[in-house]
Amino acid sequence: MNVAVEMDAVRHGELLDISEAGPAPKRIIAGFGFWIFLLSDIVMFSALFAAYAVLAKASAGGLTGGQLFDQRNVAIETALLLLSSYSCGMMSLAINSQRYLATFLGAAVTFLLGSAFLALELNEFQGMIALGATPQRSAFLSAFFALVGSHGLHVTVGLAWLVLMMVQLSLRGFQDVVVRRLHCFSLFWHALDIIWVLIFTVVYLMGVLP
Amino acid sequence: MTLLGKLDWSAVPFDQPIIMGTVGVMIVAIGSILSWVTLKGYVPYLWREWITSVDHKRIGVMYIVLALVMLLRGFADGIMMRTQQAIAVGGAQGYLPPEHFDQIFSAHGTIMIFFVAMPFVIGLMNFVVPLQLGVRDVAFPTMNSISFWLTASGVLLTNMSLAVGEFAKTGWFAYPPLSELQFSPGVGVDYYLWSLQISGIGTLLSGVNFVTTILKMRAPGMSYLRMPVFCWTALASNLLIVAAFPVLTALFAMLLLDRYLGFHFFTVDAGGNVMMYVNLFWIWGHPEVYILVLPAFGVYSEVAATFSGKSLFGYRSMVLATMAICVLSYTVWLHHFFTMGASASVNAFFGITSMIIGVPTGVKVFNWLFTMYGGRVRFTVPVLWTIGFMVTFVFGGLTGVLLALPAVDWQVHNSVFLVAHFHHVIIPGVLFGAIAGYNYWFPKAFGFKLDERWGKAAFWCWFIGFHLAFMPLYVTGLMGMPRRLQHSDVLAWQPWLLVAEAGAMVIFAGIICQIVQIVVSIRHREQLRDTTGDPWNGRTLEWSTASPPPAWNFAVLPRVDGLDAFWAHKQRVLAKQELPARQHTYRPIEVPKNSPVGFVTAFFAVVTGFALIWHIWWMAGFGALGAAVTLLAFMFRAKDEVEIPADEVALFDRAHPVEVSL
Repeated sequence: MNVAVEMDAVRHGELLDISEAGPAPKRIIAGFGFWIFLLSDIVMFSALFAAYAVLAKASAGGLTGGQLFDQRNVAIETALLLLSSYSCGMMSLAINSQRYLATFLGAAVTFLLGSAFLALELNEFQGMIALGATPQRSAFLSAFFALVGSHGLHVTVGLAWLVLMMVQLSLRGFQDVVVRRLHCFSLFWHALDIIWVLIFTVVYLMGVLP
Repeated sequence: MTLLGKLDWSAVPFDQPIIMGTVGVMIVAIGSILSWVTLKGYVPYLWREWITSVDHKRIGVMYIVLALVMLLRGFADGIMMRTQQAIAVGGAQGYLPPEHFDQIFSAHGTIMIFFVAMPFVIGLMNFVVPLQLGVRDVAFPTMNSISFWLTASGVLLTNMSLAVGEFAKTGWFAYPPLSELQFSPGVGVDYYLWSLQISGIGTLLSGVNFVTTILKMRAPGMSYLRMPVFCWTALASNLLIVAAFPVLTALFAMLLLDRYLGFHFFTVDAGGNVMMYVNLFWIWGHPEVYILVLPAFGVYSEVAATFSGKSLFGYRSMVLATMAICVLSYTVWLHHFFTMGASASVNAFFGITSMIIGVPTGVKVFNWLFTMYGGRVRFTVPVLWTIGFMVTFVFGGLTGVLLALPAVDWQVHNSVFLVAHFHHVIIPGVLFGAIAGYNYWFPKAFGFKLDERWGKAAFWCWFIGFHLAFMPLYVTGLMGMPRRLQHSDVLAWQPWLLVAEAGAMVIFAGIICQIVQIVVSIRHREQLRDTTGDPWNGRTLEWSTASPPPAWNFAVLPRVDGLDAFWAHKQRVLAKQELPARQHTYRPIEVPKNSPVGFVTAFFAVVTGFALIWHIWWMAGFGALGAAVTLLAFMFRAKDEVEIPADEVALFDRAHPVEVSL
């Protein structure tokens, strides 16, 4: 049985409010849900940030942030990541107007910039480890590698996701589901920028304060 | 490093008759259920209709079955502890050696919180929320199935620790430095961490799913302030999941890094900070209390309104109180460890916030009371649980206000007074609500009511047993008895502990009544059958469809123009003295396609978790790869939906004629 029908019949007046408009379209639901997921991801980072803030001075007699961080390297990393967000934005525009070539181009540039960022970060880690500044050395370094490494891991996942999406795009074209996923990808990529700006500030800038 | 990591035959505790006996019983039980299912030829049915189902109602039912099964395990742990404490006094040593007792109290807490309370409330939300919102499913149905099966993976790993290896001996919150590799070199803590990490991902995905569902998918006309209160509490609870569980994930990841890769987050050397663990744990842990309690409050609100035949008193204040609790729950975490050594002003701040959070809860209690006041209350099983909750919970809350005073808290810190307090709020606050909801919505799920007599017997056993079991602990707590004692030398405590033991036995009788209740109800299902879909004269939309509802829930999405939409509809029908004409055109409905992805991913998650616990690296890689490939295959699946033809919808709808019970 279903009385929904009858309720329909007795309803007076028209819908006034967006909150009364009924279930949202799939595109909105997917994007909104992914936003909520991203918020949870940011909460996870906030715990790592809190841990870093507590342990930032606990270098246990080992090297400190001021001695380890290379401002120039970090500046380049930041530039690469922010530029990759720009190219990701260009890719989103191309997707909206369903242009294949521009989409692939935007994705390729984003991928290259992201990979360059990752290469620089791994290079930085390697240099630190060579100096004996391993995560096992002190609580400060544990927190540093966990926080910055988590961000790096997210970038890696993002790159893999981007490749996958390009494969899907070439196989299926601009189907709704593909466009939705690309939209989520770009949300993800921009969120990583927000995290990075915080890392840049809290870890690298504040880390070299006298 | 061998092929099987740390795993060898010494992991199986052959010399422990209690453990081996339990394992034997479990293996026989699981084996006989599996062979019965196979012999009867139910496997294809189970696979098609349940295991691969992405229907929120089926997933909800599976969550609740999981919770009920684990309630037995968690209760067995509880009564074993009670028995040990009651007899191991003075010269007597009891029957549980310390290392076993330690595992039992850790497992009891872990299981009751993560694998009983959580799946129970998530199961209720799964089943009820989309129906109350008047929609056809949750926002992400396949993800919902993944969530459930990941929770089941965590359950499986925790139970495997019984037979292979050991469980944590650290208490259910695994504080370092005890939980660090240095002091817990065994696999117990690893079992704890990996099962909770895996099930935690499932919970987080559930949270994302429900927040999206409630905020973006409601029947036309259902604005926020027309949502049933249960949906509001579900929203608050899931917002808390989204904002709290990632902290637990990060925290456990840090402890895992300490244990597996030699990091120094919480170690006693190299600058690690033990109290950071405790703080982060309770930044998750206190909101977790409200994640569990709020949906139960929602159940009480629905039950109180339905069975009083009145709309809920103070709907808006109820919503406001729910959201106030949601926010305030983040401001009280430090009251779990006033003895940390924070300054008096810090302790005072958290003491005051802890008292403030009692205010919205008080508002709710008055709202329920005023809902019942002047109503024609029907004393059904859900109502008994609700009234029992109100009486018990108010006293439990009062002991909480005592503990919120830092000076008092210092006196009873880590004593069984605290144990009595949190059982006093969590059992009525969560479990009573879950059981009330289970009795209330059972006819919606299966089309027949649960037996009232056995349900009432179960309630009285639980209610009386609860007070017998936990009131004495307040006394011994004030007498100075610390929690988690495997043995004590104070003879003066023993009479009280014996009373507590008797209480546990009475609760056990209550559990038996519940098992009998379900058996009797299934046997007498034809007498208990409800063909109207509305056995309680309900108020909200879930009662407006058939019991059990079809896969698509509603043939046509209901349109809502006020609170208690279904009740209002029935009132209009009554006023007109005729049923409105039925719609003749039905449209085909798209429902999400079944998918084995949740089950298969969870299988690989168990493999990965087990391998990581035992340091079997190749197997961990294999499991992770398997899970990744499964998800990839899902991503490349061509079609996510199947279409139910209009004829089928029409056929079902006409076969279930409108029978508004008045």
